[in-house]
Amino acid sequence: MSKLLEINNLSVTLPLPGGQLHAVRDVSITLNRGEALGIVGESGSGKSMSALALMRLLPQRALQTGKMLFDGTDLTGLSDAQYAQQFLGHRIAMIFQEPMTSLNPVYTIGRQLTEAAVQFGSYTPTAARARALALLDRVGIPDPKARMAQYPHQLSGGQRQRVMIAMALMLEPELLIADEPTTALDVTVQAQILDLLADLRREMGMAMILITHDLAVVAEQTDRVAVMYGGEMIEEGTAKSVMAAPAHPYTQALLTAIPRMDGPPRRLGAIPGTVPSLMTPPKGCVFAPRCGFVRPDCLEARPPQLGDADHQRRCVLSDADRPTSAPAAPIRTDHAEVSGGEAVIAARDITQVFTSRKGMFGPKHEIRAVDGVSLTLKRGETLALVGESGSGKSTLARIMLGLSLPTSGTVEMLGRPVADLAPLERAALVQPIFQDPYSSLNPRRTLAEIIARPLTLRGEDDPEACAAKTRDAMEMVRLPARMLHSYPSQISGGQRQRVAIARALVTRPQALVCDEPTSALDVSVQAQILNLLDELQTELGLSCLVITHDMAVVHQVADRVAVMLNGKLVEEGGCDSVLRNPSSDYTARLLAAAPQFRPDEMTAPPAQEATA
Amino acid sequence: MTQVESFTVAVPEEAAPLTPRQLMRRRALGHTGFLIGAGLIIALALIALFAPLIAPHDPFVQSLSSRMLPPVWDDGGTWEHILGTDQNGRDYLSRLIYGARVSISIGLGAATIGMLIGVTLGVIAGYFGGWVDHGVSFLLTAQLALPGLLLAMALVFIIGPSIWVVICIIGVLHWTYYLVVTRSATQRIRNLDFVAAAAASGATPRQIIWHEIVPNLISQIIVIFTFELGIAILAEASLSFLGVGIQPPTPSWGLMIAEGKEAMFYRPWLVVLPGLCLFTLVIGANLMGDGLRDITAPEGRN
Amino acid sequence: MLKYILLRGLLAIAVAFTVSLAAFFLLNAATDPAQAIAGEDATQEVVETIRARYGLDQPLPVRYAQWLGGVLRGDFGESYYWHKPVAELVAERAGTTITLALSALFVTILIAIPLGAFAALNPNSWIDRVALGVAVSAQAVPNFWLGLIMIILFGVMMPIFPVSGDDTWRHFVLPAFVLGASSVPAVMRLTRTGLIEVMGADYIRTARSKGFRSGALLRRHALRNALLPVISVLAVQLGQKFGGSVITESIFAINGLGRLALESILGADIPTVQMLIFVFAIVFVAMNLVADILNAALDPRIRIG
Repeated sequence: MSKLLEINNLSVTLPLPGGQLHAVRDVSITLNRGEALGIVGESGSGKSMSALALMRLLPQRALQTGKMLFDGTDLTGLSDAQYAQQFLGHRIAMIFQEPMTSLNPVYTIGRQLTEAAVQFGSYTPTAARARALALLDRVGIPDPKARMAQYPHQLSGGQRQRVMIAMALMLEPELLIADEPTTALDVTVQAQILDLLADLRREMGMAMILITHDLAVVAEQTDRVAVMYGGEMIEEGTAKSVMAAPAHPYTQALLTAIPRMDGPPRRLGAIPGTVPSLMTPPKGCVFAPRCGFVRPDCLEARPPQLGDADHQRRCVLSDADRPTSAPAAPIRTDHAEVSGGEAVIAARDITQVFTSRKGMFGPKHEIRAVDGVSLTLKRGETLALVGESGSGKSTLARIMLGLSLPTSGTVEMLGRPVADLAPLERAALVQPIFQDPYSSLNPRRTLAEIIARPLTLRGEDDPEACAAKTRDAMEMVRLPARMLHSYPSQISGGQRQRVAIARALVTRPQALVCDEPTSALDVSVQAQILNLLDELQTELGLSCLVITHDMAVVHQVADRVAVMLNGKLVEEGGCDSVLRNPSSDYTARLLAAAPQFRPDEMTAPPAQEATA
Repeated sequence: MTQVESFTVAVPEEAAPLTPRQLMRRRALGHTGFLIGAGLIIALALIALFAPLIAPHDPFVQSLSSRMLPPVWDDGGTWEHILGTDQNGRDYLSRLIYGARVSISIGLGAATIGMLIGVTLGVIAGYFGGWVDHGVSFLLTAQLALPGLLLAMALVFIIGPSIWVVICIIGVLHWTYYLVVTRSATQRIRNLDFVAAAAASGATPRQIIWHEIVPNLISQIIVIFTFELGIAILAEASLSFLGVGIQPPTPSWGLMIAEGKEAMFYRPWLVVLPGLCLFTLVIGANLMGDGLRDITAPEGRN
Repeated sequence: MLKYILLRGLLAIAVAFTVSLAAFFLLNAATDPAQAIAGEDATQEVVETIRARYGLDQPLPVRYAQWLGGVLRGDFGESYYWHKPVAELVAERAGTTITLALSALFVTILIAIPLGAFAALNPNSWIDRVALGVAVSAQAVPNFWLGLIMIILFGVMMPIFPVSGDDTWRHFVLPAFVLGASSVPAVMRLTRTGLIEVMGADYIRTARSKGFRSGALLRRHALRNALLPVISVLAVQLGQKFGGSVITESIFAINGLGRLALESILGADIPTVQMLIFVFAIVFVAMNLVADILNAALDPRIRIG
């Protein structure tokens, strides 16, 4: 195989008011023709920045050093105009994370598809149109002719991403860069798009760089994997060997942090601490402050590159030095179905109809967000409510929280209709945890004020008792009490989510309603929060309703599962029976679509293969 | 147009070690425009406050023998009247100093009235939405369609000019900016999760508005207040200039320009000086407003 | 689309009448118009005669109904001051003010849009600083004072343009500049922030990834998006130019609606003031309607729901 792309010692720094941000440091990538490389990393790892540097889409102020060769041509020597003319679109194309905003809202799909081909690709308008039609058909857009005349807002998110893919393929590039192409999409759509990309790559013999935070996606879709952390590439190799035999402590820890669907749920491996500041890069190993195997020489100098071309890492530990950790003990042997438990929250025949109109006089639209759903949360259990966007799961959660009254149907909390409960009584029974840790805390209040607020609202006046309860709550979520005087902007996303949990628990409610509690968080932080919720549930005997789209999270936390589609409940049952033998087609589809992470099942490293 | 900057990259979040207040202070001290604006405003406010101590003469005392004296740098100017005298022989510097009192007090008063109306309507419309919001929107459109200056002139003329009438009328006609900003900010904030968390903790709408929403509006309200201060000061000057605002002999800069207009071809400073005072005061307010907007802008989160 | 325009039109008419209602009650309730017409020294008898003659002895709602009825028949009443139909007065002078307002808008567009665009494309450059300086200064200059300074400069020091009257196009140069300058800050700032926002949008990144750069990027992808909000603000500004003509016309001795407004206020001529407020409000809502229609035509998200 011939080398297509070679990036050597790429560094990117961004000048910020507070100093230099070292977004990418000394990264080297090689990619062969037709090969698929996955770049994995949590937020702030520099994974997107590397690709944007190649595309020359970095902010103008950014400083970039290093060498880039594409098919033997030195890219660093080219001016922006030359590069745009010779490479962008023709040889390298890119698709982005946000399909909703990546197409220009005021021009038709057809115009956006064909313009670059006509402008730079020496296509005639007719030829460009024919190619666009063929590609739209190929990426699975029904009735391409009609679509060409439509505008982006008339298409769904998945369709827009398909259009983006067709657009990137117009000039048959040799390299396609996909930056989190499915993160904004629903699970079932995500699977379709990933399959489409894999098929197209094979058909066209394209090389691909897939940038994602999702290890399961990478494991399924790529030949090689590069793991980034804190702006550095800390491990790189064939997908099989990196996933089955990770060599860097970070990768190892990350892999144990992913909830897995095979076997019983186990306590997740969580990485202590937080992502390092990129403002002052360390002298030694970038992962050392959080590493379980740290040695004095880790802090002194940058670790050497160990391993061979098939699998290398930046770590001082040799294979022998590194103890292999045994899998954690299962947290439950099996999902025990709580039978006959008392109903904490019982929703009966809930229907929620939204009417919306365009402007003051527009026509009325009726949307049945929830349509005749009955659901009961029993004492001590964790009930997972699963569905994709628009399924009505969040609306139902709000209703079960008592925050809004349904169009019809009743909600009872401990046997009393929620309509009869005073807001404070209701608050004592059930508390929410939200998805976005950035919007769930009031930025103008200190953590102490935020956590103590529910107590104040209940009329607890004694400042000392309040302070004691606040400190207890902080301890419960494993945060140091010295942080109480901080503001939300001073702490990390995972810490914010802990504060939100502390606020929910400070009044000791019976039940929690968690709406996608970890989907805005990185994998390692998600592991911390899921572990915490599990511990708290055992400690306090909480009942939890967890709303999620992630089947692996369901498997990790749930005793029972309810599946929603278009406002209706399509399936409900014990976690194991639903996940193993789904009775509805939709649940089966969801399960099939969920990217599954099973490193053990990946064919073992090549060496063993040879002996077999 | 050769360079087109892109802003396509999300900068990874940095853990800010500073409290919001510390961050704001640091940004304020590094913002030249804000420092200049705040300096001008503070200086002029001090002048207005201590006018009786600073002014060299009584601004109301006329002297027929010393009318239209030129400023000290012109031929025939004296140090007795540094900026000369007006048509009635009153010391111009003293009148300008006292004029700051009129401008600043009317500006503060009118901007406060506008704030009370605009913020109240904005928060109510933004929080409750639905028909309340439609009603307030209609009111907003109607207010925008009103020719403000014309109506203010007519009302001041009919009701009879006094400083309080001018303050109230300018205030009542200048609330739309507050409304537009607080309404959209409230709409945004009320959909944030911390408001839902407060509701789930049993907070009433009143408690939510005061404890969760209003604190997050304050910096924006202060920014608008600063801009409206400048707008109200200019509105008063325009009314007084047209003869339907502050009445003689009160020293108002707008009125002084109108009085000096008759002689402006051979005594241009009579028009130029009060105009420069107005310009300085309003530019101070605007620079401060622009600065405050930069300083209080939310941190770039991703 | 047609329905959209019709609805917006109905809303505009409702707004115009609300404004007239508000103005009517404010102007008539705040004072006794009969006393104002008669003058402060008039005897009670004279005031009563005037009250009866103009129908001012009737309750306010009745008078508003009468006024409204008249408006619907095209009758705006008679001026107390000039003693002729208000509609006639307004018609005589409208042309001058329309000319002034349109030329002022032209000045605004000529200065504000290029300045805002250059500033947006070169953030933190010298041109960005100049633009910001122009915006901040223009916002702080009292409009009437700027007019007087222009008169001093051009009337005495370099007499290129006439400073008084409305006979030729040359007479409109200075007033249009003064009136236009007042809208420069708002339009320039909006052009600048709008274009900066668009240039940072995801779809511009997409276009860049397809190889579009500088000029083509701006022409083919950014301009239409950035212009959408500018159109709305230009309409608002044009609407406000009519109200703003009061000061400019009185300084430059232009015989248009603004000057008529000032004279009728000083003459306590409430029917004329009433009609002018109504006319200015109509102009404002009509301009907004035009902007809404233009926006709908340019933005498929509005056009195709």
